[in-house]
Amino acid sequence: MGDILGLVLKRLGLGLVTLFVISIIIFFMVELLPGDIAQAVLGQGATPENLAALRQQMGLDTPAPLRYLGWLAGAVTGDFGTSVVTGERVTSVIGERFQRTLFLAAYAAVIAVPISIALGVIVALLRNSIFDRVANVLTLTSISSPEFFLGYILVLYLAVKTNWFPAISSVSDDMTFWDLLNRTFLPALTLVLVVMAHMMRMTRAAIINLLASPYIEMARLKGTPPWKVIVRHALPNAWAPIINVVALNLAYLITGVVLVEVVFVYPGIGQALVDAVSKRDFPIVQACCLIFAATFILLNLAADVGAILTNPRLRHPK
Amino acid sequence: MKTEKQMMLDRLADAARRGSVSRRSFMACATAAGVTATAATGLWTSSARAAPARGGTFRVGIHDNNSSDTHDPGTYLSIQHIFLAHTHRSYLTLVNTDQTLGPDIAAEWTSTPDATEWTFKLRDNVTFHSGKKMTADDVIASMNHHRGEDSTSAAKPQLADVVDIVKDDDYTVTFKMAAGNADLPWTLTDYHLCICPANDDGTIDWQSGDGTGPYKIVDGEFGIGFQLARHEDWHLDGAYFDAVEMIALGDPNARQTALVTGDVDAISAIDLKTMALLSRDPNLVIYNVPSGSAITMPMHTNVAPYDNVDVRNALKLAMDRQECIEKIFFGAATVGNDFHHSPALPYWPDDIPQREYDPDQAKALLKKAGAEGLSISISSTESIFSGAVDMAVLYAEQAKAAGIDIKVVREPNDGYYSDVWLKKPYCMVRWGARPTPDVMYTLAYKADAPWNESLWQNDRFNELLLIAKSELDNGLRAEMYREMAMLARDDGGTLIPLFPNFVYASRSNVKTGDGLAASWEMDGCRAASRWWFEG
Repeated sequence: MGDILGLVLKRLGLGLVTLFVISIIIFFMVELLPGDIAQAVLGQGATPENLAALRQQMGLDTPAPLRYLGWLAGAVTGDFGTSVVTGERVTSVIGERFQRTLFLAAYAAVIAVPISIALGVIVALLRNSIFDRVANVLTLTSISSPEFFLGYILVLYLAVKTNWFPAISSVSDDMTFWDLLNRTFLPALTLVLVVMAHMMRMTRAAIINLLASPYIEMARLKGTPPWKVIVRHALPNAWAPIINVVALNLAYLITGVVLVEVVFVYPGIGQALVDAVSKRDFPIVQACCLIFAATFILLNLAADVGAILTNPRLRHPK
Repeated sequence: MKTEKQMMLDRLADAARRGSVSRRSFMACATAAGVTATAATGLWTSSARAAPARGGTFRVGIHDNNSSDTHDPGTYLSIQHIFLAHTHRSYLTLVNTDQTLGPDIAAEWTSTPDATEWTFKLRDNVTFHSGKKMTADDVIASMNHHRGEDSTSAAKPQLADVVDIVKDDDYTVTFKMAAGNADLPWTLTDYHLCICPANDDGTIDWQSGDGTGPYKIVDGEFGIGFQLARHEDWHLDGAYFDAVEMIALGDPNARQTALVTGDVDAISAIDLKTMALLSRDPNLVIYNVPSGSAITMPMHTNVAPYDNVDVRNALKLAMDRQECIEKIFFGAATVGNDFHHSPALPYWPDDIPQREYDPDQAKALLKKAGAEGLSISISSTESIFSGAVDMAVLYAEQAKAAGIDIKVVREPNDGYYSDVWLKKPYCMVRWGARPTPDVMYTLAYKADAPWNESLWQNDRFNELLLIAKSELDNGLRAEMYREMAMLARDDGGTLIPLFPNFVYASRSNVKTGDGLAASWEMDGCRAASRWWFEG
């Protein structure tokens, strides 16, 4: 187990370096955008005088590298600064929205992961049957359509025509949990449809791959029923690739919700990021992007650790 | 302009509609105003039939929102800002639903004959949501927020002429101007110039979101939405809804779906492409209101070939405005006539001949200017309005008939107003509505204005602009604005193809008054206090 701890620590260290590089890239990308914050805030109403006054108030008259270093010095101590436009703490702007995004991602994951793995096992069992074909075609169709298109289709059939679910997911704090689940069902369903195909097909492929192995043949020869062969014998050895693809899709659920949030007007982090970019509000952009990057790094790490833990050969190296 | 009698009758009808006047006193007042008894009875029934009902929560989807917006009036820009400001704050004056000027917290105002000093009598019954009484100090601090060297306000130019604001007593303030300005009461309807509570040091407390408007903020966040509850001590009539819920609905599809499914009661803009489809739904009402906002196409009049007036007029004649309105705006626009004065504004001259599409005359003018086979480019971008690039392409096609070759340059959305506007010699621009022709002309047509987008210098125009500004006689002013319109149309450097309408919608159980203010979307952004649910 000591090896795993070492690996985790090493990867976390590399992750920090990655985050640092990303923060530099993001800062200078935002700097490269035409126009600056003051212009974006005042819009067409900008005159040279009020632009100059606003720039001074926002501290834009210091050179860019100095501003970056100032931000970095804060970030190292866990202080991500304040929004340049509103002066609010970045954590208070993003905190609640990130929680909502996490909620939506978790909601979608709770539905998508069990269903796609179970479905993957079933289609592996019934491979090349009609059921297999239909499940494949349906999931591949949904992954091939852009999220916003899927979202609109769901809105048309489940909200406008039947009125089963609300068309927009505006949530408030005083809602009951069931209300919340009902309000956010359509965006969650959209995300489920988008990530299911990948996980289901990877489960199916991993299991079918193993079914040709001699030990499976042995199990079959001793008279084990087909479902038991798959669940008891094949699945445990297929976990590593499945965990990998699940982790990747979880990361996608968190970072890829921007479009879905826009379609359903869900007040998550995506909308905040889009607004911050258009206003050149660097601290917010930086914080959002770092959250997304950290999500990818951590989930990738979790996938690798998971793959090691489920494989006795890796767990007990000779 | 309305006669005094008409105005009095309107006010009476308003009172009848609100139920604040009995039938007996209504009849007495109406007959006193010179209306026959039969006509008065008719007026009473038609007004009183629509008596607004109180109650309900008005849920409104807003189309233009930013998460980074704040309560600072100096940075107001989005419709979310403007709608919220007219719902939780107040102004000195307001635009009535018949496009006339009316009182908000200022009960009445007078000026010196040269219009250099304006005195506003404030109502003494205005209270902030915190319970504090509003006085002249709050008004002065709120105006000073947009004045002075270090003000960051976008409304600074509007108050540039104000030299000093003096408190005469707790409910009287006087604006002292550097030069006469007959439009000051109109200028004060600008959405930035709302009233916030004053701090002891003369600054304002905009951070708390306190105001004197019809509704107080209960909770909310910019970019997501706001919940507001009625301010029972509001100083005007109206505010029929018990509560207002603003929801940020940026995506056009989400917004329209929410209205169709009844998740919201009204939305502040609809996609023109789907206007015809939505209007077939009997549960919806579409409002299509001519506005003061404009699409302009300024040419730099000091740069060849635009320095030749014949070339400018040829380019104006080479556009088929009707086709642009039908194909790009789906009919939801009002034709422009190359002077920046929309029919929705006061003093609009209605007798100026409309400039029509005439490629032959354009050709003749080019020949006269020795510029046959003219080849130019025009800059446009999609963020000006949806279809802006398409309209430039359509214009290029129309201009071919006049032998003009127009290249359409698609510029990036980002930074269009800092990198293209005022820099490229021919481009496309969208202007928000301004309350009066003087404000508009001073902003973008005055010889030395920083935003004189066509760099147009016309002595007579500038002379008239100054005289009209301080002229208190409405008839004389109207005449001057007519002459200025003719100058801009025939000599100016700006092609003004059309004035886009405000197009918004509500469920059919939402009722509005007889007219809709054209200053902004949603009845001048005052829908929350002017509209009501059918009882």
